[in-house]
Amino acid sequence: MSGTASGLWPYLLLILVGFLPNEIWRALGLVLARGLNEDSELVVWSRAVATAILAGVIAKLILFAPGALAGIPLVVRVAAAACGFIAFLAAKRSVFAGVLVGEAILLVAGFIAGP
Amino acid sequence: MSAPAPNPTTAAVFFAGVKSALTSVFFLVLSGTYIGIGALTHDYGFSPWWLALSSILVWASPGQVILISSLGLGAPAIEAAIAVSLSAIRLFPMVVALLPLLRGPGTRTRDLLLPTHFTSVSMWVESLRLLPAMARNRRIAFCNGLSVGYMATAVAFGFVGYYLAAKLPPLFAGALLFLTPLSFLISTARNAKMLVDRLALVLGLMIGPLLAYWHVGLDLMWTGVIGGSLAYGFQRLREGLR
Repeated sequence: MSGTASGLWPYLLLILVGFLPNEIWRALGLVLARGLNEDSELVVWSRAVATAILAGVIAKLILFAPGALAGIPLVVRVAAAACGFIAFLAAKRSVFAGVLVGEAILLVAGFIAGP
Repeated sequence: MSAPAPNPTTAAVFFAGVKSALTSVFFLVLSGTYIGIGALTHDYGFSPWWLALSSILVWASPGQVILISSLGLGAPAIEAAIAVSLSAIRLFPMVVALLPLLRGPGTRTRDLLLPTHFTSVSMWVESLRLLPAMARNRRIAFCNGLSVGYMATAVAFGFVGYYLAAKLPPLFAGALLFLTPLSFLISTARNAKMLVDRLALVLGLMIGPLLAYWHVGLDLMWTGVIGGSLAYGFQRLREGLR
């Protein structure tokens, strides 16, 4: 794991891999802050790309879970996420209700399934 | 937002922004999200100070989660950088939409540097909601205060999540780690108002794990480009048929 490397290397990675590739879009917005509106085709497409990437990250975190989450069975993780999502829809699109139900199901089912 | 005095000082406006941040619904959202990211940081072996610095410099939770999980899983730096950058494209139209609200007759570009860096979903949604009703010469200070309030929340709860993950029994540590994908899944679904955004979410959920399972290089980049373009193309096709 590169994250466990000691010294300045993780901080250098943070600047080069995290800060700069992220900040460039903000800087570009400052420079070109005219003539683009939220409904322009380029903006719609780039938002779709960003949404799909984020969805890919979400699915990978649930299916190929890191660390302590990997100790909870896959079927419990997927079921908890699905129930949380259904609760979100049922509770008038409340993020709080969805997260609460998803976490509660993960804890109860994870406890029953045992280590 | 009502001003505390007829001619409040810049500091007073700034702190009104901080207060607004700490009493908004995003305070809860950010605390939960950064407790989850703190736990993730712990389990992937980064230091909590590294996370604090990443919250200040990157200041975009999706980018931070991608950074931590891809570097933590040993992905090549260039792949992680591309995935982070693709996830950050959305910041560009957000800055473009925000700056006209902040810019007044006497505004210098350097006054806009901080609000530009601070631009992220929470601050952007609240700014677009609150700024239009406010006098133009107070908006930048308010916006900076709002952002500093949110950023301080993120940094503080990142530490909380990190130390909780280290101390809690495995089941509860697992539940903390689960906060990130769960809250991202649900808040992304809530923000997806157009068909194209909903399709992109569903396609990304399916394509992402498949490409990772097949060990396709640059899997996140392809997930975004394929899933996002398919969703966009489908919406265009449907509009064309109507």
